[in-house]
Amino acid sequence: MPFLSWGPALLTPVAAPADDGPGNPWFSWRYVQENAEALGAALSFHAGLTAQTVLIALVVALPLAVVAYWIRPLTAPILALSGVLYTIPSLALLALLAPLVGTTSTTSVLIALVMYALLVLVRNALAGLTQVPAEVLEAAAGMGYGRLGRLWRVELPLALPGILTGVRLATVSTVALVTVGSLIGQGGLGDLILSGFRNNFFKAQIMTAALLCVGLALVLDLLLAGLGRLLTPWARGRVA
Amino acid sequence: MNYFQEGIVWLNDPLNWTNPGGLLDRLVEHLVISFWAVLLGCLIGWPIGIWLGHRGRGGGAVVTVANLTLAIPTLALLTILPLTPLGFGKPPVVVALAVFAVPPLLANAYTGLRAVDPETRDAARGMGLSGGQLLRQVELPLAVPYLAAGLRTAAVQVVATAALAAFVNGGGLGQIISAGFGIGMSNGGGGQIVAGGIAVALLALLVEGILALVQRLVTPPALRPRRSRTASAAIPAG
Repeated sequence: MPFLSWGPALLTPVAAPADDGPGNPWFSWRYVQENAEALGAALSFHAGLTAQTVLIALVVALPLAVVAYWIRPLTAPILALSGVLYTIPSLALLALLAPLVGTTSTTSVLIALVMYALLVLVRNALAGLTQVPAEVLEAAAGMGYGRLGRLWRVELPLALPGILTGVRLATVSTVALVTVGSLIGQGGLGDLILSGFRNNFFKAQIMTAALLCVGLALVLDLLLAGLGRLLTPWARGRVA
Repeated sequence: MNYFQEGIVWLNDPLNWTNPGGLLDRLVEHLVISFWAVLLGCLIGWPIGIWLGHRGRGGGAVVTVANLTLAIPTLALLTILPLTPLGFGKPPVVVALAVFAVPPLLANAYTGLRAVDPETRDAARGMGLSGGQLLRQVELPLAVPYLAAGLRTAAVQVVATAALAAFVNGGGLGQIISAGFGIGMSNGGGGQIVAGGIAVALLALLVEGILALVQRLVTPPALRPRRSRTASAAIPAG
């Protein structure tokens, strides 16, 4: 581009012009091409954090759901506790965790995100487990399954649709929530959105990052839906 | 070093409450923004949900709308809307929050009207009620618990999400937190961050508690469901 030769002042065009004219469009392929690397890095950070969150939350939520399912008196306290955690706003949770855990790593964001994903996962897994028909449980007992065997071979597979619904909801909402991490500069695509806003309202950057965010959520949702179809072949005829 | 104690100390300083831009100012700002957002959400979500539920169609669309808004980051709407003709200040924040208030209101209104026993509906028709009378005298009263549940979910979510308005200088209690980060963790900002976090969390829990009570009060004993929140559980707060 010829403007590079105009002088040293224009060598680093850091800020987009703050007008509505053609200088600051809502979307520009040039922005995408020139910043493909940064966009890719933010996208993979975002996807990685989401995957970690959902995996950790699943590892915590499944045993909790099984405990709540086996020991009925514990059902209400477990749901109430995860409900309270869920009501606490993400920003507040981050503000309380960040000074404790440190603001330089993703740990505090990860902990906050896991707490949010927890309620959705526990609730859906529990709903899946409790809707296993009593006749099926009796038949399993009659076939000589013990408690663990029944859980592993009968109840968890039958609860799988419920669990997978929870995983899908948790994944989609986690993708959106990761952006809140930009409070401490650990928000993946959220960092791009916020820096675009602060950098003279760089519309192309805000829009591109937001679209990537929504796109990531939809792609992950579709992938998980496909995985669900593969894992529960018996439910295919019934699910619309 | 102990940020939690610093936060308590910060909260114990009366000046931090009464200063311009202090806790009380921000609290009022927070509640005003939330009120308008929930009102706007009700004005959009309830008529559509009630109409769709009354007609008994569009359930798929309701679910799709609810799931789609789940995927939109609040931060994106909060940063994009001020750059549209809405301009800066409170209006874009209110609209952004209302977008996230609509799905629970819409979905619960729809579910509430659909949950009316078809036999009740038939009986009302047999008594000669017109469509409008059926809606006003039979369906709406029976759907009140669901409408209240939707209002509670939406309001709690809006109050929680309103904290994020601080990202774009939109006011509210979140501003206390972001100002704390501005001061810097080691320069006494840590205490303010924790104090802001405590304030926002307490406000959300308080609103949840009050609206749970309201929901119980407006629900006739015969209609009190054991699992009133299952329909609204899946939508996350800010």
